[in-house]
Amino acid sequence: MSGVEARFIEARFKGSFGSFSLDVAFTAPAKGVTGLFGPSGCGKTTVLRCVAGLTRVADGTLKADGAVWQDADHFLAPHKRAVGYVFQEPRLFSHLSVLDNLQYGLKRATTQAIGLEPIIDLMGIRDLLARSTASLSGGERQRIAIGRALLSQPRLLLMDEPLSALDRQSKNEILPYLESLPRALSIPILYVSHDLTEIERLTDHLVLMENGRVLAAGPLTALLTDLSLPLARLPEAAAVLDLTVETHDAHYDVSQCRIDGLPFFVPGRLGPHGTRRRVRVRASDVSLATQQPSGSSVLNILPARILSSKTASPSQKLVLLGLAGTNGETRLLSSITRKSWDALGLRPGMALFAQIKGMAMVDR
Amino acid sequence: MWQAIWLTLQLAALTTLILVALGVPLGWWLARSRSLWVEPVAALVALPVVLPPTVLGFYLLVAMGPNGPLAPLLAPFGLRTLAFSFAGLVTGSVIYSLPFMVQPVRNAFQLIGDGPLEAAATLRAAPLDAFFSVAVPLARGGILSGAILSFAHTVGEFGVVLMIGGNIPGETRTLSLTIFDYVETMQWGAAHALSAGMLVFAFAVILITMLIARRTGTPQT
Amino acid sequence: MRRILLAALAVGSFLLGHSPSLAAEASIAAAANFTAAAQEIAARFQAQTGHKINLSFGSSGQLYAQITQGAPFDVFLSADAARPAQAENAGLAVPGTRFTYAIGKLALWSADPALIDDQGRVLRNGDFTHLAIANPAAAPYGTAAVEVMKALGVYASISPKIVQGENIIQTYQFAASGNAELGFVALSQVLEAPGGSYWRVPENLHAPILQDAVLLKAGEQNRFAAEFLAYLKSPQAISIIEKHGYALPRAK
Repeated sequence: MSGVEARFIEARFKGSFGSFSLDVAFTAPAKGVTGLFGPSGCGKTTVLRCVAGLTRVADGTLKADGAVWQDADHFLAPHKRAVGYVFQEPRLFSHLSVLDNLQYGLKRATTQAIGLEPIIDLMGIRDLLARSTASLSGGERQRIAIGRALLSQPRLLLMDEPLSALDRQSKNEILPYLESLPRALSIPILYVSHDLTEIERLTDHLVLMENGRVLAAGPLTALLTDLSLPLARLPEAAAVLDLTVETHDAHYDVSQCRIDGLPFFVPGRLGPHGTRRRVRVRASDVSLATQQPSGSSVLNILPARILSSKTASPSQKLVLLGLAGTNGETRLLSSITRKSWDALGLRPGMALFAQIKGMAMVDR
Repeated sequence: MWQAIWLTLQLAALTTLILVALGVPLGWWLARSRSLWVEPVAALVALPVVLPPTVLGFYLLVAMGPNGPLAPLLAPFGLRTLAFSFAGLVTGSVIYSLPFMVQPVRNAFQLIGDGPLEAAATLRAAPLDAFFSVAVPLARGGILSGAILSFAHTVGEFGVVLMIGGNIPGETRTLSLTIFDYVETMQWGAAHALSAGMLVFAFAVILITMLIARRTGTPQT
Repeated sequence: MRRILLAALAVGSFLLGHSPSLAAEASIAAAANFTAAAQEIAARFQAQTGHKINLSFGSSGQLYAQITQGAPFDVFLSADAARPAQAENAGLAVPGTRFTYAIGKLALWSADPALIDDQGRVLRNGDFTHLAIANPAAAPYGTAAVEVMKALGVYASISPKIVQGENIIQTYQFAASGNAELGFVALSQVLEAPGGSYWRVPENLHAPILQDAVLLKAGEQNRFAAEFLAYLKSPQAISIIEKHGYALPRAK
């Protein structure tokens, strides 16, 4: 997942807006979804607007799609950048029909690689075409807005908290469409959010922001479990694991999956062979044993190695684990008491067993 | 009397056409520009609202005359003054009704905000394209209100016409001037008929404008 | 108590728009062409008698329309003879109080000092694009101007060049601003602001512009109004009127 991928975006923006100052530099890969994550007001939307050219900072460089979009001498106007932009609010044109909204960017694009019909199917909006924009629900509007952005034939899709203005029901209605995007269209996506659930569910790569600065950037799992970063310090600190479905045991209704070669069991039917699913494992759901436990009811007991640890509170210790057999790339967090840490004589580098007592599917 | 009505309608229609062509770009600039000149220009445009029409008419009379600043522009056409002509009335009416066009247009453009225009830009629309395909259609209520108000205001205009017109039948004798003459010469029956017509017309215009405002008052995003 | 009563009466009569006997004052509605002369006469009258004169100016037509609608004027100084007579017929004026306070003199005037000679020949050679006159339907000076042109036999050729002011003041403005090269105005206006060139139109070319005054019904009980009308006939007032370019009827 973190392999050397083409850098699609190389960005550096520096400038101030009133009392707020922005100073960021990051790269994003040509594949998958890169999340821009941080608390409200940290500047992530500004960064996205800079990428689109909607906001201009004097001191900025931006290379994207193999071209210079901004440097000291150039500034490509927004309408000349091959980006699709999905705003927090749908921003549909109220004077146009749903179909005319969809075709607005399509008519102005130089290519027609992404066709109207496939997008109508992908976003599930065929029934909405004849409706007036005023009669649509919030979720329906946002689906039209996403379709409209995609039909402008973007080489890069920018999404600015596209779910934040929606109620829970509308969010759940749209999320599956968002999830299907990277698989259906090989367009890299920059996804801004302050909601960790969305980030865990949708992104592969993360740019972590705070107060106008980039705190860290890298693969999602690495950043979620990085003990030096604030994410691992959250009470609900968790690791995210990507699974591939192998078989389904109909008798017990358990799916056998694989994580980088290691077997992993998940209750329920996760999908046909080869399906990729994402599962979230909280640090508090992982306990440690120095010996292979026998007679345990825990389904998933994985061999692992302690990579590092950190004292999280006077009583608690947070332990970062690398799963054995995956050269440490697949990571887990475990939260145990300091008393246990000392009693078991744990230390970095030690091999042991991680017992996973609970998990939650991140997607669907 | 019918000549005066026909002349007034021609004057109002031509004035409105010119005002739409002039007021839409000007309203756009006033709504969107961050220039320091915005408020001074807006105040200048709004002047006819507060100035007595006779003041405006007097200055126009001076400005249009052979000693005024417009004289060098008129000389090539063999004209020594713009007063006493239909063209002069149109010029005066455009200036006099400018705020009634520009203000609703400016408000409408301001109401649209950045949202739809930014969306248009990210959908490959160049600024001029976005102006005509998004901003103007979204501001159509304001443009329509402005046009109706300008038309009505020109129909009812009196002071400026009085000051620069010269009361020439078929050229500068408009409806309001005709009413004034009827009153002056004690033909009150005719004055009543025309005045009642104007009253009904004004009521209809204001009603229509309010209906438009109500219909386009709730913008959707 | 008495003062309160008086104050209440004053307020009441103010609300009614007119104070016939309480205050030592009179309201005069005067034709616009007589503005300067009327101001001077009123000032002199006030200085001599201590009575206050409120002057309202407008076109005779406008003022007459206001009088018919109950405007609180005591005296009407019209620019013509017709309206005061009509006021009397309509029962708006006190019968027998009508008299000619001035006879207007017409001048052909231009802001251009070289345009007009003392014979008014410019009317015949027609070397101009616009000639301003007062609206002949409403203003006596306009009627007179048309009569002059007809008498000279130039009306047909000039009429396409005629522009009309609604009153004699606006007519003067058209000519003064140069938009019309020349105009028929009141001699009183020409004398007030020297400059340009002008021709005193001989009085035999048009019917006399009789400007009549009349005491209105509203001023019947106001002795200051009657006093002012009497003053208008005094030698002092007559000298002011003549100074402003008007003539007076010969004593009968």
